[in-house]
Amino acid sequence: MMNKYGTAKLYTLLVCMLMLTMIQPAAAQTDIDGLMMEKKFFCAGPTAGYSSWKNYWEGTLKRDNGNMGRVSTTNFTLMGNYGITHRLNVLFGLPYIKTKASAGNMAGQKGVQDLSLLLKWVAYQKHIAGGDLKTFLIAGYSTPLSTYNADFLPLSIGLHSRNVTMRLMADYQRNHWFATASYTYIARSNVTIDRSTYYTTEMHYSNEVKMPDASQWNLRAGYRSETIIAEAIFNKWTTLGGFDIPRNGMPFVSNKMNATSIGLNIKYETPLDGLSVVANGSTTLGGRNVGQATGFNAGVFYIMDFRKKKKEKKEEGK
Amino acid sequence: MKKIFLLTSIIALLMTGSVIFNSCSKSIDEQNMHYPMLNPTRVDANAGTWKPILLSAANEFACAAPIATTSPDYIIQLNEIKSFQNQVNDDERKLVEYWGAGAVLRWNEIMRELVALHNLPPYQNPDGSYPFPSANNPLAYPTFPFANPPYAARAYAYLSAAQYDACVGAYFYKQQFNRPAPFTVDATIQTLLPKSTLPSYPSEDAAVLGASVEILKLMFPGDQDYINLRAEEHKRARLIAGANVRSDLDAGEALGKLIAAKFVTRARGDRAGAAAGNATLWAKLKSDCIARGETPWISQETPERPPMLPAFGSVRAFLFDSLTMVTAIRPGPPPSTGSQQFKDETEEIYQITKNLTREQLRIANFWADGLRTYTPPGHWNFIAANDFAQQGFSEARWARNMALLNMAIMDAGIVCWDAKNFYFNPRPMQVDPRIKTGIGLPNFPAYISGHSTFSGAAATVLGYIIPARAQAYNDMAKEASVSRMYGAIHARSDCETGITTGNKVGGYAIARGRIDGAE
Repeated sequence: MMNKYGTAKLYTLLVCMLMLTMIQPAAAQTDIDGLMMEKKFFCAGPTAGYSSWKNYWEGTLKRDNGNMGRVSTTNFTLMGNYGITHRLNVLFGLPYIKTKASAGNMAGQKGVQDLSLLLKWVAYQKHIAGGDLKTFLIAGYSTPLSTYNADFLPLSIGLHSRNVTMRLMADYQRNHWFATASYTYIARSNVTIDRSTYYTTEMHYSNEVKMPDASQWNLRAGYRSETIIAEAIFNKWTTLGGFDIPRNGMPFVSNKMNATSIGLNIKYETPLDGLSVVANGSTTLGGRNVGQATGFNAGVFYIMDFRKKKKEKKEEGK
Repeated sequence: MKKIFLLTSIIALLMTGSVIFNSCSKSIDEQNMHYPMLNPTRVDANAGTWKPILLSAANEFACAAPIATTSPDYIIQLNEIKSFQNQVNDDERKLVEYWGAGAVLRWNEIMRELVALHNLPPYQNPDGSYPFPSANNPLAYPTFPFANPPYAARAYAYLSAAQYDACVGAYFYKQQFNRPAPFTVDATIQTLLPKSTLPSYPSEDAAVLGASVEILKLMFPGDQDYINLRAEEHKRARLIAGANVRSDLDAGEALGKLIAAKFVTRARGDRAGAAAGNATLWAKLKSDCIARGETPWISQETPERPPMLPAFGSVRAFLFDSLTMVTAIRPGPPPSTGSQQFKDETEEIYQITKNLTREQLRIANFWADGLRTYTPPGHWNFIAANDFAQQGFSEARWARNMALLNMAIMDAGIVCWDAKNFYFNPRPMQVDPRIKTGIGLPNFPAYISGHSTFSGAAATVLGYIIPARAQAYNDMAKEASVSRMYGAIHARSDCETGITTGNKVGGYAIARGRIDGAE
């Protein structure tokens, strides 16, 4: 169950950590698309999103729960992307998350979640068959910025693991049409919880929980021009291990959380110089131990040109 | 040049990542794998004279005389050990050490695991009613049992009490038959565990095992396969260790089973089977409360769920009779739901939720012991086991102390559930919907707090057993108690009266401890 859905993470450039993969980042350039910032350009901005679910998968059994009603996640995220060179970008994401259950007695949670940092590198590019092929290597790290409680799913704001993300991605564009495919492996650290024992499929006498790693397939395709990008997205998140929520039980951090989702993402470059707006939505087609989330995100981004400023200063100096 | 720089930075990043991950290995260090081998500072050879709980006498059940250590059959049994010891691999060594920490300890742990496995409430029927697990059909959904705190408290008590009487019986016959241990008879037998100076027939490990298996089968009838598996593993560990020959184990196990049967009979007649009540009782508890002019407890679950085991207060206690409970132990009424004190105490909980610190939430989580856990009684068993393991107790003393602890905890549960359903007092969030919990809301009336009552009883008994830790146990009990206020599911009166009531119950266990011959 899953609150993890739809929350910020999405946003966080590390789509990965949670289940959030459902909704893709609303950013102009993210760690999972084929776009790059030019050298010494910095693009940053806030995004906001909402996602919710009423039904969830208890293991593979789809159900609802009158003691939670609709579980929703709201996030406000700050993200940014800086061009070290036009082939190497560094990205960050920092979400604030708030959860709520519409029924029952469980208290919603809120707080700053995990900071993610990534390097995105165009390892190879070539003009092929009238279009451009780019191959990317992306590596990232994320770490919780607060001591939020991961042991209160589905209302916890995150899973509190530190993650290392490794992604291989290919992007092909011909004229204005493009397709991007990526595979991501997410290595997750163990997490500690506030109690000295817990039960998975057996009893554990430790406050440390072994977290299964995860993988992600992401396919996106659509239209890309100077002023507009419109793309359809398919995303499949798989937890490589973990266990199912037992019958009528509660979710746990090391559950086998899987989700398959589809979404749409639109970016529009406004006539105002450097200002773009992004909006997207996604919905969950299938899953395991997660909520069937549907969510929306929107963001505004501004591109700052550090190169230009320096030049101007130099010129002034002259 | 530039490419090399880029490549280097990516590689550096990946390496940093892998270093971070390698530095924290993913394997979990389990606390229960660090107990020292049982090696008593006092062997308690006279434990056969200690006062049993249900047995009329230590030798109420017969134990056949052992064969002589010079007989051909005994030699065969020695050779069985030697064949086990011929090639002991690491797994077998680990098994020996695991079980070598103590039979009472490990069987207590097995029950804790089964409690956690079964601590899940049944899902509702399509019509919004709730099904009840059936002991006669334990594997059908809802599986039997729903091992909630009262169920668990009773299960731990029967387990520990039966283990104790089994030890009294086994130690009695040890002295009577005085058959030496295999490593004494044959010096070529290795011992992978500290050498016990006790006669080895019948084996106290096996007596505990036999008693435990019977109680576990009663309490968890759908898990007999697993229980038998663990029993075989335990016996194998004793043989590999060279601590017992097969006939020591067979005799101990048979004796333990006979003794446990007495506890099984008691359990079948202790009224726990009727603890779930029925629609008439549920309605009566509510209407009685209204008739007293009070706001009755109402289930906050959707759909509304009947209160958990509302007749558990009528279960036969181990340490006192029901008249004593009603006249001497049952707490006075909670603050009236119409009183200013009640309003103030509810407001106090709302204020706590508004200003909850991370440390308060940690405490609430640490003691929550909710669904899929070993319950608060299990938590106190864990605390006790961790401390007992450092005390150099004999197997018999482990059993006696665990029995005192768990009889007190079960009886505290009975007293607590009696008060809960007698007063049928609402939870804070029922009267103030602004209040939400960060842990989970139990589905039964508030007054008095179960955690507080269990903890008050447990801390009192443990402080008697290990006086140097008495203050620490009281502090833990207070923390467990106040954790329910941090969790926003209990008002102050529920918690404070729960602790004092639990302390009282613990006193009855101490009174028994003073005269059981073990002091």
